[in-house]
Amino acid sequence: MSANRRHWLRAAGASVAGLWLAACDRLTQDPTVVGVLRRAERLTYRAQRAVTDRKALAREFAVADISRDFRANGSTRPDSEAYQAMLADNFAGYRLVVDGLVEQPRQFSLGEIRAMPARSQITRHDCVEGWSSIGKWKGARLGPLLDLAGLKPTARYVVFHCADTLEQTLDGTGQYYESIDLIDAYHPQTILAYEMNDATLPVKHGAPLRLRVERQLGYKQAKYVMRIEVVDRLDAVDEFGQTRLGRGRGGYWPDRGYEWYAGI
Amino acid sequence: MAGKTKVLIRRHTLVTRITHWLNVLAVSLLLMSGLQIFNAHPALYWGAKSTFADPWLSMTKQEIGGEPRGITQVGGLTLDTTGTLGWTGREGMREARGFPAWATLPSWRDLGSGRMWHFFLAWLFVLNGLVYWLWGLLGGHIRKDMLPTRKQLRLGHVLHEIGTHARLKFPKGDEARSYNVIQKATYLAVIALVLPLMVVTGLCMSPGFNATVPWLIDLFGGRQGARSVHFICAGLVVAFVLVHLALVLVSGVWNNMRSMITGKYAIETEGGAA
Repeated sequence: MSANRRHWLRAAGASVAGLWLAACDRLTQDPTVVGVLRRAERLTYRAQRAVTDRKALAREFAVADISRDFRANGSTRPDSEAYQAMLADNFAGYRLVVDGLVEQPRQFSLGEIRAMPARSQITRHDCVEGWSSIGKWKGARLGPLLDLAGLKPTARYVVFHCADTLEQTLDGTGQYYESIDLIDAYHPQTILAYEMNDATLPVKHGAPLRLRVERQLGYKQAKYVMRIEVVDRLDAVDEFGQTRLGRGRGGYWPDRGYEWYAGI
Repeated sequence: MAGKTKVLIRRHTLVTRITHWLNVLAVSLLLMSGLQIFNAHPALYWGAKSTFADPWLSMTKQEIGGEPRGITQVGGLTLDTTGTLGWTGREGMREARGFPAWATLPSWRDLGSGRMWHFFLAWLFVLNGLVYWLWGLLGGHIRKDMLPTRKQLRLGHVLHEIGTHARLKFPKGDEARSYNVIQKATYLAVIALVLPLMVVTGLCMSPGFNATVPWLIDLFGGRQGARSVHFICAGLVVAFVLVHLALVLVSGVWNNMRSMITGKYAIETEGGAA
């Protein structure tokens, strides 16, 4: 092959590759394409719901399996003054607010939560990034806790408002929050953890309370839970046309392109 | 009557051709979006959990002698892959990432979009594969064209084929009417083993699916093992495609391309009595 022809071939190859890559990037930014991809995501979600027993338990591990290097992601220390004050006080003044579509809005101190029906479990935490760590969690079961407030018949989702702000935004949508449906809320392994590996839950892992909703990815395991709000929809808008909860997709990361149902 | 004549035979059916090209599209985009997902944590482990200090494979940016380098570690092997892996891109525009921008979908770092593409394409890949397998089993394609004949499986024949392949001499005439034994073995390994393993290990990375079918993930020693096998199988697919493309090029690129587009494949027969 002559040098000229080789050069020509290489240039042709490079431009085909370049066009292909540019096309891929363009498609990712095209709203119609993203719409189609999102519809496939709903298909994935429905297919998983169809084959999955919603009551199936996540695998529980032995003490020997516990990770010594459990990684902490996202916020590792909320910087709000309110949180810092509670932390300085060892969360003595902390009150978990339960409101929204409940018969009786409630507030619980950590002492009250520790006295509620509890569960311990050694489970695998799967980060959306791809890594896994195994930890032991102890906490109040969410189902009985919700029953203390009593759900209204229109209740469909449970929203967790957190103390940490991951992104500074003007509209406040950088505040961390997450949400689950009622089947997951009443799943026996769904707990509000106050202990990790037999010790008080560390700040970097979400003190004083962290949601454990096993069978879903790490970003669903909301840390620094301050308030539980029961709602009928996640994309509700207020009188100004603003979404009431973040950007209306049910969680900080779902608002930014991750799946709301993080079972995949 | 001693001259050689070229005849066109029907090589690939419409179903083979359509599923082949859909698979090309799905697999190449699955690979690129998969590398985007891998880049979110460019390290692999065995077992159920990540032992962060001790991955069996990792791609990192490290300062060596005051200079940033891309370091890829595989088992006990440490390679300087600056520019391509770990610390990627052209000089002056380098980024700390596993695979470089040209290999991922989208090119910039965006795990959410990468996952969205990956799960969409997985549907195309699985449905396309099911059509191929159903049609192949019911229509006889697998039995007639893919399974080696008894004659082909004789040790002498296999060794002979390996020898001629190594010298890049390909079957002519009537022998070129069907796949040779090395082709059959390779294609079968890919369609019956590697590609289904990609689907199974992919499903194993879903914590929701783990709870439904808990025993499946044990086959790979846990979730991180499944992630490693998923990555290794993707590497095997890439290796297969590279060899496949090279052989398509050297064994008559236009004839091969025509057969996978129109279905017609030219072979030379003795005496023209085809």
